[in-house]
Amino acid sequence: MSTVIDKLKRPPPPCGGCCTRLTDFGVSIGGALILRDFNLHVHCGELTAIIGPNGAGKTTLLKAMLGEIPHSGELHFVHSDGSSFGKPRIGYVPQKLDIDKTAPISVIDLFASVNSSFPLWLGHASSSKKKTMDMLKMVEAESYADMKISQLSCGQFQRVMLALALSPIPDLLLLDEPIAGVDKSGIEVFYRIVSRLRREYDLSIFLISHDIAEVANFADRIILLNRAMLCEGSPEKVLSSPELKTIFGINYSAVKSEIKKLGGSAVERHECPECASRIERENRNSDTGNN
Amino acid sequence: MELWHTLISQMPFEWARYEFMRNALLAVLLVSPLFALLGCMVINNQMTFFSEALGHAALTGIAIGAVAGLADPTWAMLVFAGALTVVITVLRRYSAASTDTIVGLVMAFSVALGLVILSKYGGIGKYSKFLVGDILTISKPEITRLIIVIGAVLILWVIFFNKLFIVSLNRSLAQSRGINVWLVEFIFSMTVALVVTISIQWIGLLVINSMLILPAAASRNIAGNISDYTLGAVIISVIAGVSGLIVSFCFGTATGATIVLVSMGFFIASLIWRMRRG
Repeated sequence: MSTVIDKLKRPPPPCGGCCTRLTDFGVSIGGALILRDFNLHVHCGELTAIIGPNGAGKTTLLKAMLGEIPHSGELHFVHSDGSSFGKPRIGYVPQKLDIDKTAPISVIDLFASVNSSFPLWLGHASSSKKKTMDMLKMVEAESYADMKISQLSCGQFQRVMLALALSPIPDLLLLDEPIAGVDKSGIEVFYRIVSRLRREYDLSIFLISHDIAEVANFADRIILLNRAMLCEGSPEKVLSSPELKTIFGINYSAVKSEIKKLGGSAVERHECPECASRIERENRNSDTGNN
Repeated sequence: MELWHTLISQMPFEWARYEFMRNALLAVLLVSPLFALLGCMVINNQMTFFSEALGHAALTGIAIGAVAGLADPTWAMLVFAGALTVVITVLRRYSAASTDTIVGLVMAFSVALGLVILSKYGGIGKYSKFLVGDILTISKPEITRLIIVIGAVLILWVIFFNKLFIVSLNRSLAQSRGINVWLVEFIFSMTVALVVTISIQWIGLLVINSMLILPAAASRNIAGNISDYTLGAVIISVIAGVSGLIVSFCFGTATGATIVLVSMGFFIASLIWRMRRG
């Protein structure tokens, strides 16, 4: 048992630039085209924020990446040497889980259901209790273990969901508006924890958000989505793009004052040559754009 | 089973003298925990409308069985309920309509089909026992069949429960855990279809869903975690089942309906408890 926990606690070795690659990715549901021509290549340790209006297909994109809804095109998880992953482990924090207030589910139930094969209705194995506490500590939530999940505040609940998504530590973490409805201090705690975990575990993170200023502080890359990828790149590039202005009617200079550290990447990345040249190209483009 | 009859007939009650009551008591003791287990998950999965639809579909199964000239319509009911479950699962997966809409229209179709067949070939009255149900008619071979089904469900519940629980919580979350959401939901739907169908002639299609749902709904008001929830539902279900059976014997009322009324009492009590606690 202790070795399992040690494994959970010990950050995996820097993975040397594994990538998530989406090629001509598209989704249609019931004949309606929800998402089309989506091409993307991200590295582990990168935080990619997805922004876009309601109905833009943001959640659909994540669900298709999870494999919950069928998609066209390809989704690959590859090591730096080009060899493919088997099935990557995906951690997922759903958009506001609608839980019946009467649902008799404790925080431990939630963890035991994914970490243990011992049937919940017969109680919990002591090993799964121990493991749950370890995971909750990671998100500063160990005092919630025996609470009913309906008693948690939005912020507390999202931290619990984050811990759940991290057990076991995934290759890819998908966060669907994790801080919607969370109060300001809760948001800070959440982002602080995500930043720390990203550094410790070299996680690739996809984050859907409505708060553009917040995202600009925090993400390495922003994708502006509206049924297709309209614009993609560093926060600075996307926020100053005409596409963003068209969609949100936001004047970049108004947002700019709120942005403290643009593109502040918390992780030292190991780039593959293909990406390095792409990033260089992007930087050149955004430089010329600004001049 | 002989031991059971010997034991119960020693009890100093009038009802314990009758073999049909001893059979019925055994059946209630078997069915009620099974219903409680399933009911907890039916509520978690928000499938109460689905189980209701299955109860009504049994009518059509009976009609088809009657037209086919089967003496025991159970097999026809099982096949028809299974087919409906497949149809509902497929429609949910591939159409954009909401689950409520799909279940609603499949139920409307199956009930209409059943009524058309029965009215054409006569004998709607003959099958009223399926509407009300009569647990007092349960026979020994039927009890054996019930025990087999219960054993199968228990095994399924040990190996399968946690997966089912995650799916009921959030499908995407389950998918992210590598769970085959559609398969899990399909197996669960089929299990509900099987249990509802084989129990329907004893419980009655009008009240079977309440018997499935009420103990779990009552326990839900009180419990703070999954094992308390399940245990509470089983206890309430067994108490309501046994007391409902005996009351129905004393007053000559329909057993299934009486059990449901007792369960309803438990539900109201749990609701008041919850409200007073705030």
